[in-house]
Amino acid sequence: MNTWTITRRILLQFKRDKRSIALMIAAPIFVLTLMWLVLESGEDELKIAAIDVPEAFEEQLAEKEEVNLIPMEESKAKSEMADAGLDAFVLWENGEPSVTIEGSDPNTTSDVRDLLQKALGSESRAMEIEFLHGSEDLGLFDYIGPVLIGFFVFFFVFIVGGVSLLRERTQGTLERILSTPLKRSELVFGYLLGFGLFTIVQSFLIAAYSIYVLDMFMEGRFFYVLLVTFLLAMTALSLGTLLSAFAKNEFQMIQFIPVVIVPQVFFSGLFPLEGMADWLQAIGRVMPLTYGAEALRGIMIRNESFSDFQLELYVLTSFIALFTLLNISALKRHRRI
Amino acid sequence: MNSVVNLQNVSHQIKQKSILSNITFSIPQGEVFGLLGPSGSGKTTLVKLITGLLVPAGGTVYVNGERMPSLEQMKRYGFMAQSDALYQELTGKENLEFFASIYRLSKQRKKQRIKEVLEMVNLVEDSHREVEKYSGGMKRRLSLAAALLHEPELIILDEPTVGIDPVLRQSIWKELNRLKDNGVTIIVTTHVMDEAEKCDRLAMLQDGEIIALNAPKQLKAEIGADTIEDVFLHYGGASK
Repeated sequence: MNTWTITRRILLQFKRDKRSIALMIAAPIFVLTLMWLVLESGEDELKIAAIDVPEAFEEQLAEKEEVNLIPMEESKAKSEMADAGLDAFVLWENGEPSVTIEGSDPNTTSDVRDLLQKALGSESRAMEIEFLHGSEDLGLFDYIGPVLIGFFVFFFVFIVGGVSLLRERTQGTLERILSTPLKRSELVFGYLLGFGLFTIVQSFLIAAYSIYVLDMFMEGRFFYVLLVTFLLAMTALSLGTLLSAFAKNEFQMIQFIPVVIVPQVFFSGLFPLEGMADWLQAIGRVMPLTYGAEALRGIMIRNESFSDFQLELYVLTSFIALFTLLNISALKRHRRI
Repeated sequence: MNSVVNLQNVSHQIKQKSILSNITFSIPQGEVFGLLGPSGSGKTTLVKLITGLLVPAGGTVYVNGERMPSLEQMKRYGFMAQSDALYQELTGKENLEFFASIYRLSKQRKKQRIKEVLEMVNLVEDSHREVEKYSGGMKRRLSLAAALLHEPELIILDEPTVGIDPVLRQSIWKELNRLKDNGVTIIVTTHVMDEAEKCDRLAMLQDGEIIALNAPKQLKAEIGADTIEDVFLHYGGASK
């Protein structure tokens, strides 16, 4: 089969092109590590001023590690807060607490509010909270992590796959191999297979690194993560190679990023979609990354079984089939048969 | 006579602009057929129509009696495009191995043919270097080698000797003539006049039309010209 000839050539080219290997494996690992460092680095200590508060309350707060409680005069607290030196101050008026929060950083604001609400509500009975999925330690990185794995694999495979078929055209080899008995479908499948073998390795390394080195929250089965990541990579490849038919050069290929890649980030579940207008949600539903990210999040955070995420798998597979057929037909521009 | 390539009233347009009009000729087996014309005259388009990469807007192209494009005929010709269609990251040998595999040569024959064509274009020593390190002339030679790999019975060469030094050019023509003696049909485009003289018959192309077609000697004799260049100027000038 000539498919295998194409596949072998692509793998050989990969072997020679260390830079592309680095882009597809090292770059996602590097960016994921950065994200991890930024999101997981210990929470900032909360600087809270206490003005005439009851001793019991003061003691209770002082016990908490993340709080730096400073007894202070009201006027001084106000001026310090104006310089953003304080996150909040607590004031006791007529036996009732009154809290003022600095408020310029929403994350800090919600941390302070949580903390003080718990402390002030301590007289009522403490609530027992149980988690169906995740745990108390589930951080932002754990929540968006599955989306990030999917996104980076998608992004880098899209670029490298698209550019390699494009280069085949600009350097004349596409015309050259189409002047042989090679079938158009053999060319497209050769690409899918060559990149497919490579993306299995890529998906494995990126997912393993995220889960076992960066300790991303993981409840489900590793094999499922690999399966979804792989399908997402194949979708990116078939879409990238298809769109490369509409680019004249590498620069025009890069121009597809803001049009095709960036919108997928917004709709892929990095931000909650539930509140959006129906027509906005519909946009997300035509984007492959939405399904990949949803499946990955389901597996990693909610330990979903195959039947729970199979719909997403079928959608991704349909995307691959659709893009591949379009691709074979787009090559007709270069040879009728 | 057994004609290998046969064009009937072929014309072609790209975006309403006429590139070729009313081209009719046939090439018998074992002939070296030259296409001479300035750049932009339609040589490459004509070559692409013969290879089946393009389908003519009007008329028909037959290769071995079969209407192009046909995957069956694509096995039987060897094509050297105007651009060096080579994989830059791969070595010369790996490029040839790739093309040989596409033509489904057996392992043994692949090995033997690669050795033969590398010797022919004088690239044996450089065959293990990556193509991106090749000079322009070396790439040209490797492209030619790739076109000859599967011992095609028809060879289509688009400007094969651009950037190749005179000594090697001569040895390439020697090889082409040897192939011709074995019954191989050769179509070669050129804009170099002295190269055109080496062809059995020559079609002069200007603005998408054939302005003259005959053996170089006869073309010169008909109008009493000394050189092919004079012939071209004579017909080219008259058509305006």
